[in-house]
Amino acid sequence: MSAGTARAGLPVTVEDQGEDRGRYLLDREGLLGPLLLLPAIAYIAALVGFPLVLAIAYSFSDVIVADQSIDWVGLDNFRAVVKTPNFQNALRNTFLFTIVSQVIVLVMANALAMVLAADFRGKRLVRFLTLLPWTTPIALAVLGWLWLLDNVYSPVDWLLREAGLLGPGTWLGPMGNVYWLSEPSKAQLVVLFVHIWRTLPLATVILLAGLTAIPQDVRDAANVDGAGFWRQLVYIRIPLLLPIMAVAVLFGMVFTFTDMTVVYVLTRGNSDTHVLASLAYFTGVESGSLAQGAAIALFLFPALVGIAVLMLRLARRTETN
Amino acid sequence: MAVIETRAITKRFGDGPAAVDGIDLASADGEFLVLLGPSGCGKTTLLRMIGGLEPPTSGDVLIGGRVVTGLPPRARKIAMVFQSYALYPHMSVYNNIAFPLKAAKLPKAEQEKKVAWAAGILGIDPYLQRKPRQLSGGQRQRVALARALVRDPNVFLLDEPLSNLDAQRRASARDELQGFQRQIGTTTIYVTHDQVEAMGMGDRIAVINQGTIRQLGTPREIYDEPADTFVATFLGSPPMNLVPRDDLLIGFRPEQFSPAAGASGAFTTFPFHVHREEYLGAERLVYGETGPTKVVARFPITADVPVETGRTYEFAVPDGDLKIFDAASGLRRPGGAPKLVLR
Amino acid sequence: MDAKKLGARSVLYAAAGFFALFAALPFGWMILTIFKQNTDLYNPQYNPFLYNDPPTLGNIRLLLEDTQYLTFARNTLVVAILVVVITVVATVPAAYSLTRLAGRWGEGLGIGIFLVYLIPPTLLFIPLTRVVADLNVKNTIWAMVLVYPTFTIPFCTWLLMGFFKSIPWDIEEQAMIDGYSRLGAIWRTVIPVSVPGILTVVVFSVALTMHEFVYALAFVTSSNQKTISVGVTTELIRGDVFYWQALMAAAALVALPVALLYNLFLDRFIAGFTLGAVKG
Repeated sequence: MSAGTARAGLPVTVEDQGEDRGRYLLDREGLLGPLLLLPAIAYIAALVGFPLVLAIAYSFSDVIVADQSIDWVGLDNFRAVVKTPNFQNALRNTFLFTIVSQVIVLVMANALAMVLAADFRGKRLVRFLTLLPWTTPIALAVLGWLWLLDNVYSPVDWLLREAGLLGPGTWLGPMGNVYWLSEPSKAQLVVLFVHIWRTLPLATVILLAGLTAIPQDVRDAANVDGAGFWRQLVYIRIPLLLPIMAVAVLFGMVFTFTDMTVVYVLTRGNSDTHVLASLAYFTGVESGSLAQGAAIALFLFPALVGIAVLMLRLARRTETN
Repeated sequence: MAVIETRAITKRFGDGPAAVDGIDLASADGEFLVLLGPSGCGKTTLLRMIGGLEPPTSGDVLIGGRVVTGLPPRARKIAMVFQSYALYPHMSVYNNIAFPLKAAKLPKAEQEKKVAWAAGILGIDPYLQRKPRQLSGGQRQRVALARALVRDPNVFLLDEPLSNLDAQRRASARDELQGFQRQIGTTTIYVTHDQVEAMGMGDRIAVINQGTIRQLGTPREIYDEPADTFVATFLGSPPMNLVPRDDLLIGFRPEQFSPAAGASGAFTTFPFHVHREEYLGAERLVYGETGPTKVVARFPITADVPVETGRTYEFAVPDGDLKIFDAASGLRRPGGAPKLVLR
Repeated sequence: MDAKKLGARSVLYAAAGFFALFAALPFGWMILTIFKQNTDLYNPQYNPFLYNDPPTLGNIRLLLEDTQYLTFARNTLVVAILVVVITVVATVPAAYSLTRLAGRWGEGLGIGIFLVYLIPPTLLFIPLTRVVADLNVKNTIWAMVLVYPTFTIPFCTWLLMGFFKSIPWDIEEQAMIDGYSRLGAIWRTVIPVSVPGILTVVVFSVALTMHEFVYALAFVTSSNQKTISVGVTTELIRGDVFYWQALMAAAALVALPVALLYNLFLDRFIAGFTLGAVKG
């Protein structure tokens, strides 16, 4: 700020610039901007950034609950962990649950979004009910499934028995109950099913937002051109919704991939249902082996980075449009 | 009351060309000064720098002879009316108008008196308890003006305040706005891209293009004696005809272009091949070519000038009305029209 | 033509019915269970979908009087209120700064902050357990008060940025012209106009707090410091003794209000999740 280089004729009074500078300090955007951003950034740096670094440090050390000093052990934790069948099973489960559930969710969400985009009686109720799995705190929602699939009193078992499919001399075997969560293959199927159930609503509402954003004139034009339901689906809806479908799938993947609550509440990791997140919890907290727990959790990281990169690309693409 | 001055003021956004490129401008006290230019010419940026909403890259702003460049808007004692009127949607009309007075920590009784005074001048007393969304466009504009008025500003800054009104309302609003300014006599800087507003209201007009002032003068000077081809073609509808001759451009207004047969005094003739005629009620526009150059002639409907499309006539312009520009720079050649040899 | 339309309608209703049943199944079972007497519930011969004995409110009384449910609820409430306060105080200035003062890199930094939301508790709970222990808040509700803003701040900053972008900025400039400092202008114009956006932040901070499970499980072992999610799933299930009716009541009492809140603010929430790929 030049203080009045009196090039033109008028006299220039340079007023109390010193005092002004202090008084008007907060009006300066260059200062106010970072200042307002500081609390949020500091919070994230201290309680996300630092712990993330600590997680990495832990995974290369020999920290346990009883001895929290960090001594470097290189890749020992990773080597030790990778060899265990528990880990290999958890790794397989994590990817299997994530990929299979999100493929199924994508198909179902498209159908449900189309239902909710239409007008019909009781639509608000249907929307409320179909959202419940997502809006309910996850641990409590899974508790509902735990009781629904109880070893003795499951109403599903009762229905199967009444239908003559379960019990001595029937298709599903001699026992009076299925024991849904006691056998690996069944328990894994249940975990997968609960993930589908839980992430369907989010994918649906994201797709619904995309669906209602398709301009009416595009739909009108398609109708005028005589395109039927399937033609419109294949040539208009799906191509136009592709970016938003990617968003829905990526979020579903993140939430499925990193979740441990479903497994924790349903089986506590029994019946070979561990995923990376739950295995990390049981190793790090329940067995007190912090370093190995951190190492297991760190296996989540590369996939998350990949998903984040894909999201950034999507965001950038929508920005340039 | 105060004089507004900018000295070599420049604003650059990022790496692009300067939005405002070293403008020196000084208003007279109590003047209605119009900044006129096409959209993106830098006129609004200039106004926002005067108001303190945009820090200049270099140069200074002076209000009443005092450098205010580094000061925030509230230290400048200015009032501004935005294109959108920027009424506070969550406040009643009364509170909108009283808002600057609250900032100045005026006693409640004083506030009420001032609001009543401003509302009276602008005729909005009946709406004081309404919310802005319950008002019409014209009423909103008056609330914005009342809010600008109550604080006895050094200067009014108006950013296209009429552009949100419909065409009918706009003519009467021009009248009201100018009368209002004459009444209170506060220096006013008025930004617009509408030449009719500029010509009709401005004491002086600064024509701005690409961040620089092309010409500063009274409406008559700007129209009759344009400083360059930009000013010549930006004002007037249709704009000035420009006919190239060697390294010159010969400019003349459509209303000065008429059949040579009726001409008297010294004049210059042009062949005029007529393409098309437009009948506009009060006047006629005749489109055609002289040589390869498109030109337009304008006749009042009262003038009986028979022309037929497809034919060529001999038209003429009085020599005093020819404006000569340099073809390369676009600048006006000083002095009168040289004697031209035209076929 | 009419037959075809009728067919399309019945397909629509069938699909709507199917999805509603699919989603609501465990909740229906929950509600049914809450009012059953033990003799009714634990008899495999009975049709489980009927009340074979008269319904009772005794299970809800048991939950409220003989368990620590009300303690969990109070803890959850305290944590939620404090998390809301921290989140609003941090995100309103941050989102303002990013949309209004940061210029070109504001959007990029905003996306960066949003991506922090994707770093899951399951990756951070081990080092954070150490952090809260060092800060002497482990095994208290303060651990959750401290840590929950790590996910509410990123998500809500992003939500608010979308909201701030839709506010006409000239009223803020007008306030500065009218004699207020920038902070004064923000306080008197931007904040009042942003009340719906800030309300959204409050709602989702509460909702995310109710949902959180992993940190609460890792940080707190004393039952009188637990929140509902963790308290119900760990304290009300003791060995082989499940008070299923009380458990289901505990879940339903939380699920329904939270679901109603979500439904009210769903559009804003989705606008955050769609990354701007859909212009609302």
